[in-house]
Amino acid sequence: MLSTITFLPLIGALIVVVLPRAAGRAMRSVAMLASLAAFLVSLLALAGFDMSQAGYQLVESQQWIPQYNIGYKVGVDGISIWLLMLTTLLFPIVIAASPGAIHTREKEYYALMLLMETATLGVFLALDMFLFYVFWEFALVPMYFIIGVWGGERRVYASVKFFIYTMAGSALMLVAILFMGVTAGTFDLERLAAQNSLWSANTLLFLAFAIAFVIKVPLFPFHSWLPDAHTEAPTPGSVILAAVLLKMGAYGLIRFNLSLFPEASRQLAPLMIALAVIGILYGAIVAFAQSDAKRLIAYSSVSHMGYIVLGIFSLNQLGVQGALLQMINHGLSTGGLFMIVGYLYERRHTREMARFGGVWAKMPLYGALALILVLSSVGLPALNGFVGEFVILQGAFQANQLWAAFAALGMVLSAVYLLTFYQKIFLGESRDPANDTLTDIDWREALAVAPLIALCFVIGLYSLPFFSAMSASVNSLLGAAGMVMR
Amino acid sequence: MNQLLFISPILFPLLGVLINATLGKRMSEKAIGWLASLLVVASFGVSLILFAQLGGAPEDERLTWGAISLGIPWIQAGALSVPFGFLIDPLSATMMLVVTGVGALIHIYSIGYMHGDPRFARFFVYLNLFVASMLVLVMADSFLLMFVGWELVGLCSYLLIGFWFTNIKNAEAGRKAFVVNRIGDVAFILGILLTFVTFGALTFADVFAGVARRGESVQAAVAAITLLLFIGATGKSAQIPLHVWLPDAMAGPTPVSALIHAATMVTAGIYMMARTHVMFEAAPSTQAVVALVGALTALVAGYTALTQFDIKRVLAYSTISQLGFMVAAAGLGAYVAGMFHLVTHAFFKALLFLAAGSVIHAMEHHGHHHHPADPQDMRNMGGLRAKLPLTFVVFLIGGLALAGVPPLAGFFSKDEIVLDALKHNLPVFVLLTISAIFTAFYVGRQLVMVFFGQPRSDMARHAQESPAIMTAPLVVLAALTVLGGALNLPGVGALGYWLSPAVGEFKTHPLDVGLAGLFTLIALGGLAAGWLVYRHAFTTPDLTDPLSRLGPLYALSKNAWYLDALYQAVVVKGFYTLSSFLASVLDLGGIDGIVNGVGRLARGVAGWLGRAQAGFVRAYGVLMLIGVVALVTYFLIVGANAR
Repeated sequence: MLSTITFLPLIGALIVVVLPRAAGRAMRSVAMLASLAAFLVSLLALAGFDMSQAGYQLVESQQWIPQYNIGYKVGVDGISIWLLMLTTLLFPIVIAASPGAIHTREKEYYALMLLMETATLGVFLALDMFLFYVFWEFALVPMYFIIGVWGGERRVYASVKFFIYTMAGSALMLVAILFMGVTAGTFDLERLAAQNSLWSANTLLFLAFAIAFVIKVPLFPFHSWLPDAHTEAPTPGSVILAAVLLKMGAYGLIRFNLSLFPEASRQLAPLMIALAVIGILYGAIVAFAQSDAKRLIAYSSVSHMGYIVLGIFSLNQLGVQGALLQMINHGLSTGGLFMIVGYLYERRHTREMARFGGVWAKMPLYGALALILVLSSVGLPALNGFVGEFVILQGAFQANQLWAAFAALGMVLSAVYLLTFYQKIFLGESRDPANDTLTDIDWREALAVAPLIALCFVIGLYSLPFFSAMSASVNSLLGAAGMVMR
Repeated sequence: MNQLLFISPILFPLLGVLINATLGKRMSEKAIGWLASLLVVASFGVSLILFAQLGGAPEDERLTWGAISLGIPWIQAGALSVPFGFLIDPLSATMMLVVTGVGALIHIYSIGYMHGDPRFARFFVYLNLFVASMLVLVMADSFLLMFVGWELVGLCSYLLIGFWFTNIKNAEAGRKAFVVNRIGDVAFILGILLTFVTFGALTFADVFAGVARRGESVQAAVAAITLLLFIGATGKSAQIPLHVWLPDAMAGPTPVSALIHAATMVTAGIYMMARTHVMFEAAPSTQAVVALVGALTALVAGYTALTQFDIKRVLAYSTISQLGFMVAAAGLGAYVAGMFHLVTHAFFKALLFLAAGSVIHAMEHHGHHHHPADPQDMRNMGGLRAKLPLTFVVFLIGGLALAGVPPLAGFFSKDEIVLDALKHNLPVFVLLTISAIFTAFYVGRQLVMVFFGQPRSDMARHAQESPAIMTAPLVVLAALTVLGGALNLPGVGALGYWLSPAVGEFKTHPLDVGLAGLFTLIALGGLAAGWLVYRHAFTTPDLTDPLSRLGPLYALSKNAWYLDALYQAVVVKGFYTLSSFLASVLDLGGIDGIVNGVGRLARGVAGWLGRAQAGFVRAYGVLMLIGVVALVTYFLIVGANAR
């Protein structure tokens, strides 16, 4: 079933490729159907998912390259289940929102989008390190083209930077993977984790993985590719980048670093926590200075992803669970914010906040939806962001009270820069006559963000199933690693 | 069923939010306004029933009688479990009545006040959302759920201050309120984090049991927790140094100022301290701080109110000052006195704000259509006693109550606070006494400037009394202001005995005649002084304030102790500087500079290979794509063969 989910988009991509160039409508439909099909099957997977079970479920295992003990093995557990759902949910949404943003080379675009879905799903589901690496690198390529071909003015610079930076980051990981696979005689993640005493305290291996992952997250100070990539990417690219691609890094930290190198994780946790908290504050403060709406949200990601790393390296139940939930939350609210900014860009072809003002008066529905997403990102209780942030902070507070207190200051800063963002665009009087002709979003545009907003409320008011599904796996991960369980 | 009844006071206004938010566009003003109002009336009705039922329960069961939990937890992760749990005890039941009662009156008043506003439905959506949020805050049985209400009322405050958002000043004021409140909220959150780490629980009952059981061993933690909670309270309840948002919050429509920024939301800090009094009582060091900050706030804000010209700004500083009285009471451990003053203040300050709204409404709507003059500036008023007879009478009642003239409600509640201060904390007593003198003076000044003398502008000359839908709530509030003192008369003490299961032991005492006499004298003297100084001060709007002869002392008051200027110069400017420094110098120059430097180095190598960077990478990308595909295909074949 998991393979079906993973490769349905790939099949869609192949169909798109053989369609004639003029058949834009058919391509869009195929892309939509393929991604929607993947989503529906993943709903079945969710329905069949046993929340009380800690181990991998729906495992599919096959020999692949037996000479090197490399297998094709996929499975899902409480750590990956919501990332699977987030990914399959986001792609149809993004494809629905694509026609407004993508007007050229639709064939290549939709094929690459679907390819990217397969790759990212593979990353979250792969249980073989080599397989994981293939998907990991593969996810890079479509995004590189999406930024480089359909991006803004500085797209070449941004895409090259994105590509080289993240590529260089994962080079060491490949070495580490090969080393470990050869040493242990298996690339199977479960078996590797079971014999993690071999390298539990190996900080070099820890770092080889961690560098690849923290660049992707991105953790301060490895973040400088992100504002450029986000700003130059077309709207759908930004959404996927924020909502899904960044999560690959955070997921990797939990799946690999915590489970394979628990002792090294413990040793280096203070460093990771420090960088995370600096990133929370730094990203927020720098976000405030931005004049481009997308750049501002990009830096807000640096800040928000800092909370996630903070939770992970609190190395306790609350921290890791909060981090996992916050990954979903960030995908929903930041992904949503990028869509929202995209709608405005499509109308005005600028993202300079100084050129707006008073947009809420012109676009009441749009203004209301944007406000909800802003508040979700601010961490307002009753919406999703608060639940994640609070649980992370509680976990972090148990790990280190001082750092947690600094991290909590991010709550003030997020209100400062996000409400300023909202005020500059939506409140006051219009600062540009071009805004006079703005029209409110139509039902299609509203419908595309609606699921994200609805989920913001659901998680904010009823986080129980989200936490329940992950708790057994997180418990067992921390337990196996001999870490504090609180 | 019982659960549904218990939380229905929250659900009624939420229903209003849903209906007016979705269908409001297609409904008439009347339908929108009355729907919203009647739902709050329903909320009040249920609260009254619950109040009565609670009263019927034996006294020793009243703390647990109204504890309910919806079956589902809100957050459940690891050891952290926060249920949707609510508590209706004497303390919260009292607050529920105040919130829904005063809330209902202000909803009705708003139907008239907001008439003709293009976003009429949205206004009532926000107002209903506020009532629901405030009830969550009041009825929550745990710190975290209380925090939910706490932040949601802050959101409503933000939305309503900036309700007329096309004027950037209003939006600015809303943002300021939210951000300043968030500073307090972070402290609140840290208090919650520390509470959970210390006690392993977040529900009030569990934590208080822990405090009682563990005594000495958690004393330091409790001191820290209460201090953090109190910092939270200084945000929401506008105590120094976080009070600066409240005067600006007057940018919102006047009913909002009455409901949120006078009667209910801003009292949340006092309510929170009463709710957690078990912890505050275990932390005498915090209590001392609380009492002092409250008394200082009373004085500082009272002094500022002396010289303001905006009718609402006077009342805003007055509110801060009166909140200072309540906070001081909490710091003294006199929770009953604090809550008593909270209730009477809700009556007379809501009355004063709504009456001020009636004045502004009259000035705006019946004056010339082109009025460059400020309809809220008291210098443009004068003589409105004759134009707005009913508004005048109710404003007078509210003003006298605020000044502390017996037998109005404010007299009794203020008297209890100062009596307690006199007994236990002399410095606090002195500060509060001086503040009471200021209070009476600025009330006298305001009454004279608004209602006496001759009209000083066309707006004032043409002012007409507001419609019945606005004046009727005024009359009800005036009646409550006259009678409210009866809630807790000296020697009788009904409210005190009612609250005592929730806020600690209470014993009524007979009226202290000397002290009551002194404060009556202060009230009358202050009023008279205000009257005398301002009786002939403004024959035309452009004259200077007689107090300006005091020079720097006047400037200090007029400029609100220069605190805003200080914050602007240090905190805001500092943040701007830091932000642009980090963004341009450190981030673009430093961090990204290094990255690009490494990149250039690589490009140099690539250039040496004779290829342009972009082409190189693009080619690389394609190659890699092809390579991976080839590799996968190859392994698939090899793998298949090997099998």
